[in-house]
This record gives sequence, structure tokens and C-alpha cells, in this order.
Amino acid sequence: MTSNAVVVSDVSKSFRIYRDRNRSIKATVLKRSRAKYDEFWALKDIDLEIPQGKTFGLLGNNGSGKSTLLKCIAQILEPNKGFITHVGRMAAMLEVGSGFHPELSGRDNVYLNGAILGMSKAEIDRKFDSIVDFSGVGDFIDQPVKNYSSGMYVRLGFAVSIHIEPDILLVDEVLSVGDIAFQEKCTEKFSDLRRDGRTVVVVSHAVDQMRTFCDQAAWLRKGQLMGVGPAQDVINDYADQAHNVQQHHSQLAEGDAESSSEDQTQGRFGSGEATIERVELLDAHCEDVRQVRTGDKVTLRMHFTCHEPVAAPVFGFSIEHETGFLVWGHNNVQSDWVAAPMRPGAGSVDLVIPEFPLRPGSFRIQAGIAADHNARTVDSLPRALSFTVATGEPFESLGVAVMHSHFENLRQEG
Amino acid sequence: MASVRAGTLSMRDSLVKNRTVNLLANLTLREIKGQYKKTVLGRAWSLLNPLANIAVYSLVFGILVRATPPLGTNSGLKSYALWVACGIIPWGFMSTGTSLGRGALADNAGLLTKVYFPRFVLPTSTILALASTFLTELAAVAIFVGVAGGGPRIVWRLPVLIPIVILNTAFVLGLSLILSIGMVYFGDIQHIWGIFLQLWMYASCVVLPFSLVQQAQVGHPNLPIEFLFELNPAYQFVEAYRNVLYDFDVPSLTRWLVMLAWAAVSMIIGSWVFSKFSSRIVEEL
Ligand SMILES: Nc1ncnc2c1ncn2[C@@H]1O[C@H](COP(=O)(O)OP(=O)(O)O)[C@@H](O)[C@H]1O
Repeated sequence: MTSNAVVVSDVSKSFRIYRDRNRSIKATVLKRSRAKYDEFWALKDIDLEIPQGKTFGLLGNNGSGKSTLLKCIAQILEPNKGFITHVGRMAAMLEVGSGFHPELSGRDNVYLNGAILGMSKAEIDRKFDSIVDFSGVGDFIDQPVKNYSSGMYVRLGFAVSIHIEPDILLVDEVLSVGDIAFQEKCTEKFSDLRRDGRTVVVVSHAVDQMRTFCDQAAWLRKGQLMGVGPAQDVINDYADQAHNVQQHHSQLAEGDAESSSEDQTQGRFGSGEATIERVELLDAHCEDVRQVRTGDKVTLRMHFTCHEPVAAPVFGFSIEHETGFLVWGHNNVQSDWVAAPMRPGAGSVDLVIPEFPLRPGSFRIQAGIAADHNARTVDSLPRALSFTVATGEPFESLGVAVMHSHFENLRQEG
Repeated sequence: MASVRAGTLSMRDSLVKNRTVNLLANLTLREIKGQYKKTVLGRAWSLLNPLANIAVYSLVFGILVRATPPLGTNSGLKSYALWVACGIIPWGFMSTGTSLGRGALADNAGLLTKVYFPRFVLPTSTILALASTFLTELAAVAIFVGVAGGGPRIVWRLPVLIPIVILNTAFVLGLSLILSIGMVYFGDIQHIWGIFLQLWMYASCVVLPFSLVQQAQVGHPNLPIEFLFELNPAYQFVEAYRNVLYDFDVPSLTRWLVMLAWAAVSMIIGSWVFSKFSSRIVEEL
């Protein structure tokens, strides 16, 4: 009999979506009522057992509740209903390096972060060299982390988390950060954990990665558990279902144009110092369009209203295929473009794509503003805008991307 | 089976407790370290600030308004500057403590939404770190009073400060637990609390002696003015420090009981509010 590392029993979780973001005592007194909100059920009656020693994948489209479930398991969020039990030491890597203090040195931060994650000082002393070695930050370890590149930041955070040697490791999409060499290091470390009989729970929507990685999986849709079992079966079901959803979508697409614009704010979240008013997709003539051609010059413009100053804002965009597959994403920190502090008032920021590199299809744009080294979301619109791509230049046969490829050097013997 | 489970659970409990104590110590030390790591100028400034306050109040109330300082019962001291110093340092602990404690959750949103740890360690470490700097400030005041006329007798009274500081820290911590939760739901508590602190200072006899309150009471015999002041916890704490540092005495039994009651009430309500709301704050941040 294999025992369970985590048992999720009948768990439901709701969020309050405030209609009025301005929450203050003043407003409460003036209106004589608390801010109005809608209840949004992100998880509904989830029953799940995660066996010890397995690598368990949680699949689902964006907004399906994967991260919410992971956060409930990690005890960061508390379910409204039901309960979750686990056996053994647990560590969550939801966003690595989020516990870092920018003014303190890397060394101090390793100790601090280690303590937050549950290591004693003696334990960190023992593992310190190995942590620094794994992170590859080298001599920078005695520099304040505010001087680190984003890659170093992430690597150091990951190095600390992985050295906790938890019995249960919860990982949220972190496989997508860092360079290839570092990713391989991480994958190796995960395999080590598995070999030692530890349990790993991974959240992802990268289906192929999950196939190679997981023994068991579950998939969620709109907060409901759709299936759980051996990874291959579940992932196949999920992929099929995603395909059906896609067909269903394109059937609906005709009569749906109106309501889709209202959908913009669906799933919005963030701390609210600034709000994204709308996103425009501008073609070469600066006209706001919903269809572009492969190879066009395209500008994404985010209009925002700032309510309270944001010291070091991070603007981000990403593009998702209609199936939920994340095609691309970028933010100004990673492009080394430092944005001036945001002052109250309206404004906008542009992201320029010189030659649009996607093949024909339907896509969605997500837009976000973050603060504190990307650690805190100020506002995020998971469905800011939907658009389609029509055939343009260059034309390549299949998939989502064009690569400006060409054939050459055909050689034949004789 | 059941007994096995119970066994592992209690083992986990003690592990969790160790972890929490460890984390609390670590965060407190970080905060203290952070305070001392400030630039030389910043550190000098944090020492200068209370001195400047003492100077300003001595000038305005001691010399211009000519507020008569009370006579120190055992010490025979009669100096407005010393009297105000003995009050303004404890008041500074209470006002800075509640102001910093108030932001302990809201300012750490990045941490709270990404890592699990017992949430109370954030406000608690803030207050404990502040309490440790407060102790050094109290020592400075004691030296100041001793050198400026009190003499070495003050030394024998200093141990009495320890239980006062403990009760006072409990009071400030309980209040901070409530305020830190409030901040998550109502951002403008920041401003409201700032205004409230100004009023509270004057209602706590920090810069003006209680004799003025008694005079006012004589003028309005039907209003419970004195009684209200006696109820004010900050007044009781400030006076308790003065009993020791200015009077070279010990607080009265009533005062001890009032302080104990306020510390207990504050901690009980604070823990209750915190445990009721702290699990939901993450999604409100
Ligand atoms: N703090 C929050 N407040 C309000 N809604 C939230 C919050 N966190 C997540 N949500 C909503 O819950 C839903 C599920 O989110 P999430 O679990 O992050 O999905 P996934 O990880 O599958 O992309 C989304 O619609 C999201 O907008």
C-alpha cells in the first residue's frame, strides 16, 4: 500500500472580486457599507490524493484554478470548505526569490529566505557553499541583491528552495525561467528528489514538458476536477478536450464579437495602485485593429490610470494561443528598459514588435503591471484583447511561428 | 493506525514550533541589523530626533508656556526637560511601534502571497526589534537623568522597568496585530492612525503635566475628565516610566493592574482578530 503525501478533501475556494477597488474607511463610512463584491469560485469540490514519492502534474488552461489549488496545498490560501492534509516537510516554489530583500546582500538573503522556508541557521551554514555553487552567482553573493540581474535573482532563489530538501516540493511554472543550462540543472535536481522518494507537485500548462516529467496528473477546468490518474491518460484527455473547446470556440466566434469585448476584465487581479484601462493593437498606420498579418510591424499599447505612485513599475505583455498555450511573453525589466516611477494620472506604454512572427491563428493578449521586482502584481488583465493573424510575409507551412527560414545546399552523391 | 498518526502529528507540532521561533528570531535580528546598518547620518538622525523633540518641547512648554514640571517624589527633580524626556521616549515606542506594526502585513505582500509561514511573525518581529532599540533608548534616558541631577540612586530602580516594558510591548503588539489586519482591508487607516496619534499624545500627558488636567477638572466638576485620562493606557504607561525614571519610585498597585489589564485586553483581542482574519488576507493584498 502506498501512502499519500497530500490529501485534498472536498475543497472549495472562492475569491471576492470587488466591484469598487477603492477600499477605505472613508468610503465605507460615506456609503454606509463595505465595498461590494462578487463571489468567484476558483475551486469547486476538489477531491484528490497525491501519492508519496510520485511526481504529480496539475494541468489546466489559464485561470482554471491550478495555482489556486497549489496555494491551498501550500497553506498560503485557506479553502472556504473542505480540508487538506500533508505528511512531511513541504516547500513551495511559487515565485522564486520573492522573499528577497533588495537592500540586503545575497548572503543575508540566503539566510533570511532559508529561515522563512524553514531551515535552521546550522542547516544553512552547512548548505551555504552548495547553494552559492548551484546558483552560480559567485562573487556577487556579498553584493546587495538589487544589483543582481533577473537571472541571478531567480537562480539564487531557486538554489535556496531546492536545498530545503523537502519531502513534498510544490512547483509553479518555474521550469520556464532561466536559461537552458539552468533548466537542465533544475530538471536533474527534480530527478534526484524523485529518486530519494520525495513527492513533487508541478503546475504547468506546457503539456509536452509534463509528459516527460510526471507519473500522475490531474486536470482542472474552471475550478472543477475533470480527471485524475496516470499521467499519459490524463494528459491525453486534457489535450483532446482542449482541442474540442477550441472547435467549440470557433463555432461561437461569429456571434460572440460583442460580448468578447466585455470579457476584457474577466479574471482581473492585482493590488490596484494602477489599473489597465485598455490595450490597443496598432498596425503600421497606428490604427487599433483586431487582425494583423504575419510580418507586419505591430505595436501593443497599454493605457493605464495610476491611482497611487508605483516606484519601479514592470510592464508586461504576453500572447497566448486560443488553446491556452503561452506563445510569448516579455516585460521591460528583462529587456533592461527601466521605467520611470508612475505618478497618479493617466498614461500609456508601447511595446513594439518590428516583424510579427506568428502564423495565422487566433490569439489572446495578456497585459500586466507589476511592482517590487515583479513580485507583486499591481494589475493584470488575463484577457486584455483577442485578435487573429492572417497570412502575410514570410509564409511558412505549419505551427504558430515563422522563422524566416530558407532551404539551401542540397547535396547528392554522384 | 490512529496512534501512529497522533505520534507523527505531535512530532510535527514541535518541529513547526521550532521553525517559528527560529524564523521569529531571524526576522527580528534582521530588523535590528537593518536599523544599525543605516548610514552614519541616518543613525545619528534617529538619535537626534528624540533629542530635538525634547529641546522643542522644553522650549515651547517649559520656557515659553512655563508649564511647571511636577516634583520628582524621591528624586527631588524639578526639570521640565528631564520630565518630558522620560515621557517622550516611551511615547515614541508606542507611536512608532503601532505605525510600523500597522504596515507589517501590507508592506510584505510579496512574501505573504508566495511563501507560507505563520503570519504573526511579521508584526511580532517588527515590535520585538523596536522593543530592543527602545531598551537602549531607556538606558540613555536613565543616564541622562542620573547625570543631570538625579545621581546614581536611579540605578536601583531600573529593574522595575523590565516588567513595564514587557507589559507595554504586549500592549503595542496586540494593537499592531489589529492595525496590520485593518491596513489590508482599509488602506486609509494609515492616515487616520497618523491623526489619531497626534490627539493621543496630548491625551497621554506626554508633554503637558497631569496637574493641568486636574485644574481643568476643577473648572468642570461634572465631566469625568480625570477618570478618562486614568483610563487611557498610554497615559498609564508613560506615567509608569516616569514613576521609575523621574520619581525614582515604583508605580502604584492600581497602575500595575491597569497596565496588566490593558496588555491582556490588547493581546486577547489582537490575537483573536489576527487568527480570525489572517488566513484570508493573502487574497485581499
Ligand atoms: N487573489 C485573487 N483575487 C481574485 N481572483 C483571483 C485571485 N487569485 C486568482 N484569482 C482568479 O482565480 C482564477 C484561477 O486562477 P489561478 O488558480 O491562478 O489559475 P491558473 O493557475 O490555472 O492559471 C482566475 O480566474 C483568477 O483570476
